[in-house]
Amino acid sequence: MSPADTAKPAKAASKPAAKPAVKAASKAKSKPKAKTAAIKTRKAVAPKIKAAQNLDIADHQETVGKSFSDNAKMTMRNINVYYGDKQAIYDVSIDIAKNEVMAMIGPSGCGKSTFLRTLNRMNDTVEVCRVEGDICMDGENLYAPKLDVVELRARVGMVFQKPNPFPKSIYENVAYGPKIHGLADSRVDLDEIVENSLRKASLWEEVKERLHQPGTGLSGGQQQRLCIARAIAVSPEVILMDEPCSALDPIATAKIEELIEELSENFTIAIVTHSMQQAARVSHRTAYFHLGKLIEVNPTEQVFTMPQHQLTEAYITGRFG
Amino acid sequence: MNKSVDNLSKIKRSLTRRNRAEARFQWYGRVAIFIGLAAVAVLFIDIIGKGHGAFQATYINLNVSYDQELLGIENLSDPEQLVMGNWDALPKLALREKFTDVSGRRDKRRLYGLLSNGAGFDLKDRLLANPQLLNTTESIWLLADDDIDTYYKSWLDGEAYAARLSDKQVVWIDQLHEQGLIHLQLNSNLFTRGDSREPEQAGIRGAVMGSLLTLVLTLMLSFPIGVSAAIYLEEFAPKNKWTDFIEVNINNLAAVPSIIFGLLGLAIFINFFHVPRSVPIVGGLVLTLMTLPTIIITSRAAIKSVPPSIREAALGMGASKFQMVLHHVLPLALPGMLTGAIIGMAQALGETAPLLMIGMVAFIVDIPGSFTDPATVLPVQIFLWADSPERAFIEKTSAAIMVLLTFLIIMNTSAVWLRKRLERRW
Repeated sequence: MSPADTAKPAKAASKPAAKPAVKAASKAKSKPKAKTAAIKTRKAVAPKIKAAQNLDIADHQETVGKSFSDNAKMTMRNINVYYGDKQAIYDVSIDIAKNEVMAMIGPSGCGKSTFLRTLNRMNDTVEVCRVEGDICMDGENLYAPKLDVVELRARVGMVFQKPNPFPKSIYENVAYGPKIHGLADSRVDLDEIVENSLRKASLWEEVKERLHQPGTGLSGGQQQRLCIARAIAVSPEVILMDEPCSALDPIATAKIEELIEELSENFTIAIVTHSMQQAARVSHRTAYFHLGKLIEVNPTEQVFTMPQHQLTEAYITGRFG
Repeated sequence: MNKSVDNLSKIKRSLTRRNRAEARFQWYGRVAIFIGLAAVAVLFIDIIGKGHGAFQATYINLNVSYDQELLGIENLSDPEQLVMGNWDALPKLALREKFTDVSGRRDKRRLYGLLSNGAGFDLKDRLLANPQLLNTTESIWLLADDDIDTYYKSWLDGEAYAARLSDKQVVWIDQLHEQGLIHLQLNSNLFTRGDSREPEQAGIRGAVMGSLLTLVLTLMLSFPIGVSAAIYLEEFAPKNKWTDFIEVNINNLAAVPSIIFGLLGLAIFINFFHVPRSVPIVGGLVLTLMTLPTIIITSRAAIKSVPPSIREAALGMGASKFQMVLHHVLPLALPGMLTGAIIGMAQALGETAPLLMIGMVAFIVDIPGSFTDPATVLPVQIFLWADSPERAFIEKTSAAIMVLLTFLIIMNTSAVWLRKRLERRW
């Protein structure tokens, strides 16, 4: 049927040698009861998943496609991320070009969110997390010891999976960033920044009458746009979005997607998404992650029509994930 | 088909059993709450029943003449003469004039025993406040002795307790009552005076002031220290075995019997740092040690309950860690912290044992005005009065308990109110 299937028998032969060892190790760690239960429920779908995972055993080393760009805003080289002893990201190298929307897709637990969070050093807050490799923005190493994360996060804004406005007024939410970074010289300046940010996040018309009511009183989609307004209020160069629409209904999602397209005129955007349709709709390039490895990076159209790698194809055709 | 009918009847049968179990459980709960409420009700009824009498005191009306010669005073503004003045002679003369037929030393002493031995000083205060009364006569209500007070109240209640009175005193009181010259009135002494060996003159003002000064100091020390410790441990300290060790120890400290803190205070503050004993400073320091663990633990819980999404939002905006704590975590955690602090203060207000160790159990008549004046506190005052032999102290004790409970209820209610008031949704 597909390359994944044809590859299966060949890999199945080489598999038994590697797999039992892995299984035994994980079995020893987890509770035996939970393990057997998990195996039972999985049995039905197991063949397909195994087929896909078998591909991975082939010691995938090189990212296929065009991971690099001549017009790079951020360059990541040989990134490895560890949570304690566990490695979450394996040797990822990729560029994000200026004013591009880069989508990162992949099955759950593939490390796409972890990777996104290394870009503004949000992983610093996780104590056991360790990042290796070079991440540069405009040639400046983000992990240099003398670099202040406060400055970095003003330049690389972030929008989270669940809308998380501060429990303050809408105005305060947007004004918070400019205030702490001292971007506004006067009250009038600040008002202007707030209005512009809300306009750019296409929220102004909906909230201009109630700027001083709590931001938490807005609907989910409005809250997320408020978070986007808050992020762009400090005029960052890059905006990271971690599944920004996963908690929203289709209409709110459509609004955010429209917004992402508009924002890409001024900002560089990296978006992690669970929805392949979303990636297809909003992004210029798509990166496919699998089990901590970057499998394929290509222009979005190509990824969804002619994927270069078997794993990518298996994923976008919905065989796992 | 048969099978499903079978299952349905099984489910129905188990359903009645489950419903019964639930109803039974609800009843257990109701009974438990009833027992709890009943215990509180019994406590309150008992205390109020015993203590309500203390809010009134017996007064006897007499015609007092402020006779300059009798007092032996020439000049009211000379403090030396005031001290030397024979103030006790005023009420004694008034009593002799009232009951002219009394003769003999013994009977006279009994007659004088109708009034509190502080009556002379009360008259002195009155005369000093109104110098124009000198050499005039006025009809005035004077405080009765505690034995008379106990008898008169019990007699009014229908169960006269006369064990401490002579027959003649009973007759005099009867006469006074018939003439309307003895009555109960609001016992303002209870709220305006310090401790005394004479029950009718004893008040809780000194203990209340002592408690207030001690608590203010405790709050000023333990809240900032406790909150800073909690913030540091929760937000900034690395998570390693040292912080684990500290956490275990803080939890242990919360469980240490309070008398140990008293001994610690005695050894460190009094013996080593030579802080004077019996003063609110040392009391406040000891109670600070005692309430710190409570405040740290509740503050940490309050900080922990702030959702991580808010922290991420702040950090993602480029707030520094300190800004994140100050702008977002603290405002959200404040209601919990304040609640913890108030509960800690309520605990400290009711604490007796550690204060016994540092000398706050001393008999102190003067009302403390500063942190360095010898003082006692409400629960210790209750302990002291409960320990006194005079019958009149029984109702005083209950009255002091009522005052203490009132403060505790106010504090706990304000804790609930504050939490409701400051709580913000996110």
